[in-house]
Amino acid sequence: MVDRVIKKTELADFVARLVEKYRVYAPVREQQTTNFREISTADQVDLSGANTTLSPKSLILPQSETMFEFSLDRTSEKAGILYEIELDPLPRLIFGIRPCDAKAFELLDLNFSTPSHQDPWWARRRQITTLVGLGCNTPCPTCFCTSVGCGPFATEGLDVLLIDLDKEFAIQGITEKGQRLLDDMDIKAEASATKKEAVSAQQSSSLQSIKSVVPTEGLQDHEVNALFNAEFWDKVQFACINCGVCTFVCPTCWCFDIQDEVLKNNGLRLRNWDSCMFPLFTLHGSGHNPRGQKLQRVRQRFMHKLKYFPDKYHNGVACVGCGRCVQQCPVNIDIRQVFLLMNNFKI
Amino acid sequence: MESLKEKMMHTALLLLTQKKVDVVLGFQRGTIPMMSQPILISHPEKVDQLHWDSFCSINLANYLPQRKDKIAIFAKGCDSRNIVLQIQENQIKREQLHIIGVPCQGMLDRRKVQAELNDRLLLGVRETSEHFHLLGEGFMDSLERSGYLQDNCAICSHRNAVIYDEALAEPVLEQEGVERYEDVKAIEAMTAHQRWSYFEKLLAPCIRCYACRNACPMCYCPVCFVDESTPQWLGKSIDPTDTMTFHFLRAYHLAGRCTDCGNCEQVCPMSIKMRQLTKKLEKDIIELYDYEAGLSLNQRPPLDTYRPDDPQDFIR
Repeated sequence: MVDRVIKKTELADFVARLVEKYRVYAPVREQQTTNFREISTADQVDLSGANTTLSPKSLILPQSETMFEFSLDRTSEKAGILYEIELDPLPRLIFGIRPCDAKAFELLDLNFSTPSHQDPWWARRRQITTLVGLGCNTPCPTCFCTSVGCGPFATEGLDVLLIDLDKEFAIQGITEKGQRLLDDMDIKAEASATKKEAVSAQQSSSLQSIKSVVPTEGLQDHEVNALFNAEFWDKVQFACINCGVCTFVCPTCWCFDIQDEVLKNNGLRLRNWDSCMFPLFTLHGSGHNPRGQKLQRVRQRFMHKLKYFPDKYHNGVACVGCGRCVQQCPVNIDIRQVFLLMNNFKI
Repeated sequence: MESLKEKMMHTALLLLTQKKVDVVLGFQRGTIPMMSQPILISHPEKVDQLHWDSFCSINLANYLPQRKDKIAIFAKGCDSRNIVLQIQENQIKREQLHIIGVPCQGMLDRRKVQAELNDRLLLGVRETSEHFHLLGEGFMDSLERSGYLQDNCAICSHRNAVIYDEALAEPVLEQEGVERYEDVKAIEAMTAHQRWSYFEKLLAPCIRCYACRNACPMCYCPVCFVDESTPQWLGKSIDPTDTMTFHFLRAYHLAGRCTDCGNCEQVCPMSIKMRQLTKKLEKDIIELYDYEAGLSLNQRPPLDTYRPDDPQDFIR
């Protein structure tokens, strides 16, 4: 519950205290884009914009990450052995993350971090990272979070939620980790800080401003092959130029490719973002690619998000409604329309 | 603008009902303001989906390579020049095309307009000849077109189609006395060291999504050097060396082929101004060979011809 408050004039001090204990990442405006960058003072932070250009997923799943190093020098003691690169152990904090982006991390946990399978790089970063979210007072016209199990003040995945009340932030500690952080930062819980009316007024005005709605209720009923073979894919795919914009700006696209890079005798094993839009994606050693055509790649992206993922994990679609792909696709391929086509599909 | 759109529908309807073409390649209205989507229409009853406004900047020539059918295509000046090049480079046959020239007053840059909005919610844009109006909740801003053109459109000297089977309207006046190379000259004046740091900074935001490459009508290689894996020429990480190699090689591959349609910059999610690279090569090609790409089918591109009076010594 909301039981703490911080004046906006105290924000600089709050951030300064955070920076002492954490690597702090926050939205930073860079000419025409805004992205999460490591910050050292509050004046670098820009909380005025809506969603950042790129999602913060690279803070947990970097676009390129060195996993191991090895040596090709047979006389070296490192020869033939993969040595794990040590992770920077300093605790991290993502400040001003939106509820949709936090929910995306939860969805990706279903893939990267389950009781039986742990991706160590993902899991460790998740573990050392605290998420201090910011509720959305002015959702974008392309936001459809409320249709996909999220919302402008949803708390799933967050440790702390800040609610902007003009001159101050109302604060909700969500997890134990979040409560501890607030205690550490000396932001005390007070009975007078509930701000009940102001908070619920803001929440309902935000909810009302979300006009964009997508249907999802029919997705699970479709037979997967029928949907796969649907005629509408031909129309959906025509304009696509197979660039990686949608997949790279997306908070829930997680596909990666592992490559070795060797300079003289020193090798690195890297994990890089991949994209189902790219011709190398699922290219087999034989030269065959089951997704060699544009239609197959476009279909893969939407089927993965809206059919395979929900069928496999029973946890809703792999989309949090942030609208980044809608805003940034150069040829206006709008996932909201694909939701409609897939959901309302009839053989 | 409205009248151009109606003319497009009319033209498309005639071409399809008279079976002069199999498909019409044009635009449909976008699902959000300031966006449009390329569309392929094959049924006469669907021509009312066609749309035209100053946000139809995507170069439709990008959708031509290797098509087998007979296509009607709406072509702005830049699109038409790319069509010429694609015919010369055997990506499409002239007889497959019915080119409809669309006189262009320059496309508007949605990012420049977005900056004007200061996070206010835009509901729509209405256009008149010299102005456009931003409509939102509780506001209507009237802005002059000339201040919000795409960078490449502001310095464009070929606004009318250079090759066409029919023109949609009277040609527009071409801009004269335009200084095309102000930015390139500034970079040329730098020392090698300054230039290197300038390029490093210019390309640092790149996320290697390849939107610039894929939106380019001249990037149609079956396998791009970036995607070669045996051997692999380029690393897949975001190491600055690999990223810069990609951009420099992409630009060089467009020497004498780029029409400065500006698609690369328009589609870049990180707003990288990579036209500075291709414009430098465009300037060199004009200075060395007195050639501008894609102006005429009769003029072979300089880099696929040999002339005994070649200005370079080494080749003679």
